[in-house]
Amino acid sequence: MATDSNDVNVKKINHILAQYKGESNLLIQVLLEVQKELRWLPKEGLTRISQELNVPLRQVYHAVTFYKAFSLVPKGKYTVTVCMGTACHVRGAPRILDRVERVLDINPGETTPDFKFSLETVNCLGCCAIGPVMVVGDDYHGKLSLDQVKLTLDSYD
Amino acid sequence: MPKLRSGLELEELRKGIVSSRDPNRLCFTVCSGTACLAVGSQKTYANFEAELERQRLKNRVDLKATGCPGFCERGPIVVVYPQGVCYLRVQPEDVTEIVSRSIEGQIVDRLLYVDPVTGEKIAHELDIPFYKYQNRLILGNNRLIDATKIEDYIALGGYRALARALFDMTPEQVMAEIEKANLRGRGGGGFPTARKWKSTRDAPGKPKYVIVNCDEGDPGAFMNRALMEGNPHSVLEGLAIGAYTMDSHEGFVYVRQEYPLAADNIAIAIRQAENYGLLGKAILGSGFDFIVKIHKGAGAFVSGESSALMNAIEGKVAEPRPKYTHTAEKGIWDKPSCLNNVETWADVPLIINSGAEWFASIGTEKNRGTKIFSLVGKVNNTGLVEVPLGTPLRDIIYRMGGGVSGNKKFKAVQTGGPSGGCIPEQYLDSSVDFDELTKLGAMMGSGGMIVTDEDTCMVDFAKYFVHFLSEESCGKCVPCREGINHMLDVLTRITEGKGQATDIQLLEDLARMLKEASLCALGQTAANPVLTTLKYFRLEYDAHINEKRCPAGVCRALLAFYVEADKCQACLICARNCPVNAIDGGKNLIHVIDQSKCIRCGTCLEVCPPRFGAIRKISGEPVPAPIPEQARVIQRKG
Repeated sequence: MATDSNDVNVKKINHILAQYKGESNLLIQVLLEVQKELRWLPKEGLTRISQELNVPLRQVYHAVTFYKAFSLVPKGKYTVTVCMGTACHVRGAPRILDRVERVLDINPGETTPDFKFSLETVNCLGCCAIGPVMVVGDDYHGKLSLDQVKLTLDSYD
Repeated sequence: MPKLRSGLELEELRKGIVSSRDPNRLCFTVCSGTACLAVGSQKTYANFEAELERQRLKNRVDLKATGCPGFCERGPIVVVYPQGVCYLRVQPEDVTEIVSRSIEGQIVDRLLYVDPVTGEKIAHELDIPFYKYQNRLILGNNRLIDATKIEDYIALGGYRALARALFDMTPEQVMAEIEKANLRGRGGGGFPTARKWKSTRDAPGKPKYVIVNCDEGDPGAFMNRALMEGNPHSVLEGLAIGAYTMDSHEGFVYVRQEYPLAADNIAIAIRQAENYGLLGKAILGSGFDFIVKIHKGAGAFVSGESSALMNAIEGKVAEPRPKYTHTAEKGIWDKPSCLNNVETWADVPLIINSGAEWFASIGTEKNRGTKIFSLVGKVNNTGLVEVPLGTPLRDIIYRMGGGVSGNKKFKAVQTGGPSGGCIPEQYLDSSVDFDELTKLGAMMGSGGMIVTDEDTCMVDFAKYFVHFLSEESCGKCVPCREGINHMLDVLTRITEGKGQATDIQLLEDLARMLKEASLCALGQTAANPVLTTLKYFRLEYDAHINEKRCPAGVCRALLAFYVEADKCQACLICARNCPVNAIDGGKNLIHVIDQSKCIRCGTCLEVCPPRFGAIRKISGEPVPAPIPEQARVIQRKG
């Protein structure tokens, strides 16, 4: 699965910017919207946001690299998020992560070469009762055992 | 809908809603909190819809998607009203039976709670021990409300406190009531709420801002999420009352992006409240204007710190500021800004409705009211527990939590998130409040409670929190950025069996430096998990350092796995599951683990059938020599 071309990206970003009134304090909200739409933040998009919101590009990059929600590289179709919260930790989350890394052959923060999966960790999703938890796209998979990891990931296409 | 123009109109609306509803009508409620959604409650809800349609019951029976009642361990939860019959772990295929039986006034026995001690089945929600011993002043309404319908909240007397404050009380009287109730901040600091409000009200500068802090970043804590998802109006009402008291006309709700449902529900709630004239211009026809905006976080633990959060609202990175002047006086854009936790705001309408004296009658002298705790980890009843402040830890873990799961032995309970500490068994009778737990070196914090058992390594556990904080330190001040990383290095080498005798002293020195020199609470309290585990579990540190042994069998570098030759039945299950093909074996050939290939992941131990139990985990002792080649063949009879 390929990522969109620059033109398409800029068009989508302009569409999002049109909904905000060019107030600099909305920078993070705009970045969140763009990240959600494109699943990453392309360079030309950041320049555009900087101009529209009248925020120095330096400050835009500061925010993008500070917060975990943002990515400067394209992301896969599905984001696989393994919860590493305390409750999941004591229920074996490190071993789940280890298994996911082996199955996908990538580390957290990376994306599979076919752009199907990106792997992330999170420090608590707040559904501790069903830990260990892995989220694929929008689907929560709770009470996960090691041998369910591959089966679960295989069920996505 | 027409905007309400007085307290009287609100009351009339409420009466209208109540009288249009038949309290004896059958109503199915399905929990739609994140944890229940994660185990399929959406499907269960859809099946209820379809089933009511199929049986042509839609005009006679109600169906409601409600907020989280807290018993997440047994989700999806369905409660049938008016009887209040509670069904647990309801699967989509159970729905037909529940509907058919309920119509006839019968109960589906197999889905009821079973008391683990007596074996008795319990039908009514409030008779279940998990609920029975709680005092759910704040959380209780979650199960009665569809968060996307303001009418549900109004029917229960919602916004009555706001009307009362606006029409029957001066801001000074509201302030006095909050002061008399001795409400303290639920986010963890325990700072007297009235004093904070006064600072903002009296500080020069306009506009003044009021803010809801829903950046619940502590891992293992989700009480704010449940409240924002399940009963957002209770938070908004408290916020509006606070705004009126402090002469503020603009508020923010800061919600972390990891809580998408909470952000959605609060947005719906704001819109509905505006439509009714309960927010916006001239609220309820009074002269008071108040608008609320939502600001989503973008993933940074430190943004829960007040000054960092205010930077984030300004559109900047969430780095804390030095607090020579409190944010209550100089916050967002240097204007007076009052930030309170979700739960603190939700307490406000209760106090205005029922009075400070009533509120002060709950809890202990310096710790009034109730507090929600999120009880997680190795405990039978994971979920949210609301109890009066001052309740002993033991009650929370054993009476409501049902004790340690899997018949394991209790080791410690970790309270207060990454800034908190681990409390061992001998202090389980301590009462939980802002002051008691601090004396033990831990803190109550925002209410996270993680139960650990004998299988948790306390050195690894301390390392977990330090690792978490090393990733979350914003890097602005050197003591926190470098100190936490240094601490992580030391803990890592201890868990890898490379610890040195001087490491304990080094950890203590770093802890003191962090506490005294860090800019914000993240760094100042970062050493708490290390200090409390050192204080109460020193022997575990010593075992790692001196004997290169992990007593709980967690730290990988100090473990080894081997196959017990006399128990192995050569079933090949472990060999097939080993991720690195380290297990040599075949049909009728006793398996052997190649120690040089083994990554000590423990998969073999997990998959070996319990009736064989052939995999042994050891730490701090040599691995026995593998069985000689010629002895590996199993001779089977017949």
